[in-house]
This record gives sequence, structure tokens and C-alpha cells, in this order.
Amino acid sequence: MAVLVYTENWDGKFKKATYELLSYANEIAKNTGNETVAITVGNVSDEELKKLGQYGAVKVLVNKEEKFAKFTAQAYSTLLADAAKAQSANFVIFANSYSGRALAPRVSVKLDASLAPGAIQLPTSYEPFVIKKKAYSGKAFVDYELTGDVKVLTLNQNSFKIVEDTKKIVIEEYTTDVADNEFVAKVVDVQKETGKLSVTDAEILVSGGRGLKGPENWGMLEEMAEILGAGICCSRPVSDLDWRPHSEHVGQTGKVVAPNLYIAIGVSGAIQHLAGVNSSKVMVVINNDPEAPFFEAADYGIVGDAFEVVPKLNEALKNFKAS
Amino acid sequence: MKVLICIGHVPDTTSKIRFTDNDTKFDKSDIQYIVGPYEELGLTRLLELKEAKKIKTITAINVGLKETEATLRKALAIGADNAVRVDANPTDALFVAKQIAEVCKKDNYDIVITGKESIDYNGGQVGEMIAEYLGVPSISSTAKLDLDGDKATLVREIDGGKEVIETSIPFVATAQKGFAAEPRIPSMRGIMQARRKKLAVVAAVSQDEKTKTTKHFLPEAKAACKMVDADNVGELVRLLNEEAKVI
Ligand SMILES: Cc1cc2nc3c(=O)[nH]c(=O)nc-3n(C[C@H](O)[C@H](O)[C@H](O)COP(=O)(O)OP(=O)(O)OC[C@H]3O[C@@H](n4cnc5c(N)ncnc54)[C@H](O)[C@@H]3O)c2cc1C
Ligand SMILES: Nc1ncnc2c1ncn2[C@@H]1O[C@H](COP(=O)(O)O)[C@@H](O)[C@H]1O
Repeated sequence: MAVLVYTENWDGKFKKATYELLSYANEIAKNTGNETVAITVGNVSDEELKKLGQYGAVKVLVNKEEKFAKFTAQAYSTLLADAAKAQSANFVIFANSYSGRALAPRVSVKLDASLAPGAIQLPTSYEPFVIKKKAYSGKAFVDYELTGDVKVLTLNQNSFKIVEDTKKIVIEEYTTDVADNEFVAKVVDVQKETGKLSVTDAEILVSGGRGLKGPENWGMLEEMAEILGAGICCSRPVSDLDWRPHSEHVGQTGKVVAPNLYIAIGVSGAIQHLAGVNSSKVMVVINNDPEAPFFEAADYGIVGDAFEVVPKLNEALKNFKAS
Repeated sequence: MKVLICIGHVPDTTSKIRFTDNDTKFDKSDIQYIVGPYEELGLTRLLELKEAKKIKTITAINVGLKETEATLRKALAIGADNAVRVDANPTDALFVAKQIAEVCKKDNYDIVITGKESIDYNGGQVGEMIAEYLGVPSISSTAKLDLDGDKATLVREIDGGKEVIETSIPFVATAQKGFAAEPRIPSMRGIMQARRKKLAVVAAVSQDEKTKTTKHFLPEAKAACKMVDADNVGELVRLLNEEAKVI
């Protein structure tokens, strides 16, 4: 029996998040007497595939066929569900990423499985099988019991640490019959944001709100991000006003993020903004209004004018990094 | 072209969340219910497409008890042509998806739109599950939808960028930010008209429960925010390094 893990790759490479996911799956495998098997789609070198063995995978299934070169939720879910059956998997685990969210529900229907989307930690109990997840847009948590024999989970990013567990890994080419009509939805173009640290990958995020007055004032935030190796994000009005790209909007209607450090500058901390960021490990707020609601949610705060505080903070951070 | 839009009946985003019955149930008292914000964007875009004569009818559907009819009426007031309520207490996403898929099989919708996720259970599953039950393509987290006859072009958000997708009907798409610019609000005329629009009530089909929410928790109270003087930013750097250990 197996725990099957869908390990996404980006142009043939795995990311840190993949190893977090695999470590999580491996922990569940160990606790349920299963083996950890990975599956990936695309042109991934053997050398890269072997890295999965460092985090507990005893086998990796790889599909390099041209027809699967581009993502199609329908066909991919057939491929993954058939692999799960072939491996007698009683768990199938995805990252709670755009692809994971697109596939996990379809795979769970195919396997007649129970699905828990957005797990934030290891199961709180195995018998019965209970997963803790966020609900009400981060305003609450729930215990979610999965009663099916097969269980499908998606794991929130940045919620589990990497654990090494080196295994001898077998690489196997894998395919299954997928009808042509499952490839009807076709990707005709991919627009990548290049060069920037993506908002969901960043471990530190510098966030700006309407308090920054205009797009021309983002230089000091970019400088801070540069010093800290951080990503940049913003509140909804900022992207609605086109001061910053929509891909940077965080919150209930934007991206949900969980960095180790979130620095909010000139953001009031409206409940819908907090819904997307309140899983951050540490939150810092810089706001000139001591009554701003964000101070209630934050760990550290400075009351002051961002245009004075941020340049001084950048200096201090630079000195700290240089020391 | 017949389109079905799945309308969730969810607590207003500013609601204070409380639980009852030993934290096993959501406390509905004093809660204002709204149309889920993502399907609201979905409905708005469908109305634009209808005005452009690319869609003929828009049907709003909800799986819920009688209390959700007010939310369906709101969708009708915004502009949906008619509505269906599947009469059942929705137990989990699979149950909801199964009901909606059954209605689709009977009434043959060309396109089904859901929100990318509900703002109460934050599952993000119903749309993809409907697609799987129907054996049709699903396009998740869609930020744009355009139609040209029975062909559709969609833009899907992915990690680190966007994908442009072409497909033909039938399909299911889940709507997120960008699907429409601003959600439409009902006009006075819309509200009057909504009263006369048809709201059908249909019985549910059976579906085994695969998941159960057994307990709810509120987040633990946070320690008070540590304030640092604006003239002493070095102290913040020290705290982030030595105490919080995040830089
Ligand atoms: C259904 C719904 C969904 C929503 N989804 C989202 C979402 O996903 N994300 C989101 O962000 N919002 C969302 N909103 C909007 C949200 O309610 C707030 O309106 C928004 O977050 C406010 O953005 P802001 O904090 O940048 O601006 P403001 O509320 O205008 O706050 C600006 C802040 O900057 C401070 N400030 C001003 N000048 C300075 C200065 N010189 N130095 C330091 N501080 C200064 C002010 O004191 C103030 O606190 C949503 C709303 C609704 C109804
Ligand atoms: N009870 C319901 N009735 C109709 N549509 C629903 C219901 N629950 C969820 N949906 C739709 O499915 C989407 C995703 O919901 P969820 O999978 O619960 O996050 C929502 O945005 C709605 O469009």
C-alpha cells in the first residue's frame, strides 16, 4: 500500500515546497505502514528525480509523454487516479497550489475518496482520521474527519518543515489510457512573471497599502524587499487602482499567503485583508494611525509615518545584514 | 447557450464567527448571508455575455434549505433568469456537487460556473467535482472568460503566472478575481422583477457522506502587539532577529 504524492515540477525542477510536501506525506506513510511513492509529469532528469529519495520516496513514477506536456485538469486527474489504483494507494497527497486544487477534487471523485483541502498540519488522529484546516477565511479552524477508505489531502504551503529520510529510489515510466476527449481544454499560451519572487513562494513579504499614496512611492518597499530577499505584495485597493499588478493582491479575494515574516506598511488591516495573511508566522505593522486594526493582529508595530520610518528601517536592516 | 451559476449562501465577510452545541455547529444567529463573492463575479460576467448575445439563459442554483431562497432571490435581482433550489441541508462538497451534477444531466447546461471557493468552508472543490461527475473539462481559478459560439477562451491563474486556455462547451469553470471587474448590485427594477422570476424547488438525490466537520475552533488569542518607537527602528531589527528569529 502506498501514499501517492503529486510532486509538481517547474521546467523539470522541484522546489523547496515539493520537499515539504513529500516530507509531510512520508510522515503519514510511516504512521500508517505505507510506502511513499511520488508521481510527476514532464521532462525531469533522473538526477532531479533521485532527489525525491532523500525525503522518503521509494519510487517515483514519471510521465514524459508529449500529450501531457501541458496541464489539463481532466486528463491529468485520470492519469493520477489510475496511478493511485495501480499503486493501491490509500492516500493521495497534493500541494494546495493552483494545480493541486484543480486536481484533488476530481481525483477524489474518481477514487470514491474523502477529500480534505488545505491541511495545515499532520492528522490530529489517525483512527478516526482527522485533519485540522482553516475555515471562515482564516477566522476559525475546524476538525475535519475523513471517513472514506481512500483519503485525498492538499497541504497548505509553508506549513510543514522538510525532514530528510533517505531511501533508495526506483524510477519508473508511467502511463495509462486517457481518451482524446479528456484533452479538450488546451493551454494555448503561458504568461510567466519572470525574475520576481512569486508572492506565494516568498518566505518574507513586504506589503504596501493605500497609505503609500501612489505607485511612485514603492521604491522604498522594493529596497526593503531587496535587502531581505523578500517578495512584494499589496492590499486590494492598491491593485484596483493599478498602482501594482493584480498578481500582488493578497487577502480574501486575492492570494492567501503564509510567509515567516509579513511586513505591512500603510495597510489598515481590514478583516478581508487579514483573511489572506493571518497565517503568517510573524507580522509587523507600520502605520501612522495607532488605532489601525492591524495592530490588533500584529506581533510588532511601529506608529509612524511610513515615509520617515521605512527609509530608517532600511538603513538599519542594511547595517544588520552587513554585520 | 444555457448557463448554470452555482450560488453559495455564505456569511457576510465581516461577520463575527461563533459556534454552538459544544462547538460542533456554526451559530447562525445575527449572521447576514450573502451571495458568495466569487460567484457574484461569475454572475456579473455572465450578464455581460448575455448582453453581448453570447448566452441565452442564466440559471442560478443553490443546494440548501428554505432559508437560502433569499440569497437566490438576490441572484435573480442581480439578473439571473431563473433559479433552482435543491432542497437539502448540504453536508459536504461531494454532496453539493452530486446534486448540481444531477440537475445538469437533466437540464443539459452548456456551461457551469462556480466560485473558486466558498468563504465559509474554503474548500474550493465543488466546481471540479461537478466537472468530474459530468465527465467534462474543468478550468479552475479563472480570471477571464470569453465566448465565441461554442468555443471559449479562459485565463487561469497558476503559480507564478497565467495560462490561456481554449476549450469547447460543455465545461465547468471556477471564477476568481478578475472574472468581472466589479460585482453588480441589484437595481430597484431588478428586485421587483426577481419576485416574479421562477424559483423551482427540486428534491435531492442520495449521496454517502465522506467527510464530517466534527469541531470548530476560534484562533488562539494573540499576545499583544509589541510596540517599537519610531525613532528606534534598530530595536525592531533586533527583535526580529533575536526574539522572532525571522531575519
Ligand atoms: C468582499 C470583499 C472582499 C475584499 N477583499 C480584499 C482583499 O482580498 N484584500 C484586501 O486588501 N482588501 C480586500 N477588501 C477591501 C478591504 O475591506 C479594505 O478596504 C482594504 O484592505 C483597505 O486597503 P488599505 O489598507 O490599503 O487602505 P486603507 O483602508 O485606506 O488604509 C490605509 C492605511 O494606511 C495608513 N496610512 C496613511 N498614510 C500613512 C503614512 N504616511 N504612513 C503610514 N501609514 C499611513 C492609514 O492609517 C490606514 O490605516 C475586500 C472588501 C470586500 C467587501
Ligand atoms: N450549497 C451550495 N449551493 C450551490 N453552490 C455551492 C454550494 N456550495 C458551494 N457552491 C459553489 O461552489 C463553489 C466552491 O465551493 P467550496 O467547494 O465549498 O469552496 C462556491 O463558490 C459556489 O459557487
